[in-house]
Amino acid sequence: MPSTTESPLLPVFVPDTKVWLDVCTWKVAAGFPSPAADHTRKRIDLNEHLIRNKEATFIFRVKGDSMNGIGIYEGDELLVDRSIEAKHGNIVLAVLNNDYTVKRLYRRGGVVKLIAENPIYPPIVVKDGEELAIWGVVTRNLHKLY
Amino acid sequence: MALPKVQALALVDCNNFYVSCERLFRPDLAKVPMVVLSNNDGCVVSRSNEAKALGVKMGAPWFECKALAEQHGILAMSSNYALYADLSNRVIRILSEFSPRHEVYSIDECFVDMTGMPKLREVSYAMRERVMQWTGIPVCVGIGPTKTLAKLANHVAKKHPRSRGVFNYNALTADQKTYLLERIEVEEVWGVGRKLTQKLAMHGVHTVQDLRVAHVPTLRAAFGVVMEKTQRELQEVPCIELQEIQPDRQQIISSRSFGSMVTELAVLKDALSTFVANACAKLRAQNSHAAVIQVFLQTNRFRKDLPQYMPSLAVPLPYPTNDSLEVNRWADYLCERMFKEGYQYKKAGIMLSEISPVTCRQADLLEPETTSNASLMQALDSLNQRYGRGTVKVSTQGAFKGWQMLQERKSPNYTTSWDEVPVV
Repeated sequence: MPSTTESPLLPVFVPDTKVWLDVCTWKVAAGFPSPAADHTRKRIDLNEHLIRNKEATFIFRVKGDSMNGIGIYEGDELLVDRSIEAKHGNIVLAVLNNDYTVKRLYRRGGVVKLIAENPIYPPIVVKDGEELAIWGVVTRNLHKLY
Repeated sequence: MALPKVQALALVDCNNFYVSCERLFRPDLAKVPMVVLSNNDGCVVSRSNEAKALGVKMGAPWFECKALAEQHGILAMSSNYALYADLSNRVIRILSEFSPRHEVYSIDECFVDMTGMPKLREVSYAMRERVMQWTGIPVCVGIGPTKTLAKLANHVAKKHPRSRGVFNYNALTADQKTYLLERIEVEEVWGVGRKLTQKLAMHGVHTVQDLRVAHVPTLRAAFGVVMEKTQRELQEVPCIELQEIQPDRQQIISSRSFGSMVTELAVLKDALSTFVANACAKLRAQNSHAAVIQVFLQTNRFRKDLPQYMPSLAVPLPYPTNDSLEVNRWADYLCERMFKEGYQYKKAGIMLSEISPVTCRQADLLEPETTSNASLMQALDSLNQRYGRGTVKVSTQGAFKGWQMLQERKSPNYTTSWDEVPVV
């Protein structure tokens, strides 16, 4: 019976170049772990902060000075949210007789008015036969300071 | 064993989508008859109800409509795809909140799986109202047990004001279904075009009901398995699955008609390099590479008075790639091979095919493995995404303008560019 434990002796090819052996492929950190590692938080996201509903929010640029009284100036950028039902007192983007206008909405006792925040502009009373649509509610004003 | 539940698939389709998008920021156009034109202001691709009523046909070349337009004051606008894509994404995200299973079918259509939901009508109206309030886009909802019937139900919702934009085929009795399908022309069925309608008419199939009850072996012999599937779908047997994930494209075509006729090789090459850039960016976005490139040139086939030349040439690439530079070299080469002096070219394009995932790359024994420009391409894609398409591109000869699109009536990029936000 032939022996199966006997292995033949074969020559082994040994290259004369350096051979790097990967002993371990992961990194071992020397020193102390960061004490903050367990306390990291996502950095503040302005989009999240400024936009309540991103599917329904659109940006408009302001022209004119009718809302200067509450700090909305020409060139400011307004965030307008269409998903909000406009209520008395909201700043709204209205469409009056096919024209855009930003005003404070007054709606009391069957009277609907668009009120400017600038004493030189009288309130606009919406009369019968005039077409008023609320495009959206202004939720934020982006005003550039620098 | 539980009986298989009848599916309730809703097809939500935006009404006159491009026109509705334009009107959102132009309240003054609310009642004006208007149309949106295709690239190069060529054909009518979206019509307001007023324009439809005046007889403007879908797909009609604009120059043929001009007399009618002047007579009735129909307004035409160039297409503004950046705006339409943004509003389309908003609509889809709103719809996806109503059901976890949905398929975006096109820029203005989305299938929503509402199987098992109680109060389908109420939910459908709520869906419609929410999309309208949040985005200003009017939509119609059609519900059916198969995609084909959902599409048909949507057609009913659009055509019949009494439906107030929602139609549920599943709620009909068997008699009502027959009554309805007998009254709809077969050409309204999904996948049945004008040619098939003519062929079906020769077999005595005129209404949807005719198709639903047509003799199966005859139908299959004359029209093939696709039509049989359509018939099964009309019989409420689902044959076309909801595709929640878009399959990768098997072919990418990028081509354009030129704003004016092009006669110079350099300008053609410049146009082709833009098509290559767009097609390769799409390839990279789906993480694929292509093995065949085809380039075609076309003269204006409507100008019978000019000599016509419409060559097309395809070559297999040495190895599959998605590298704009590499593909551009081949596009250049093919263009040079085909180009002939003395013709006025109206259109050119490229097609990439034999597309496979990058991970399935077959190494070539003979072709040396080139170090690819992968990181360069990545940088190029992110620059173009950030600063707008075409900011960085492969330039063959410099930037020629002669071939670019005519977009004389385009609205501003209201929602995608700070410089163009609407002023109030």
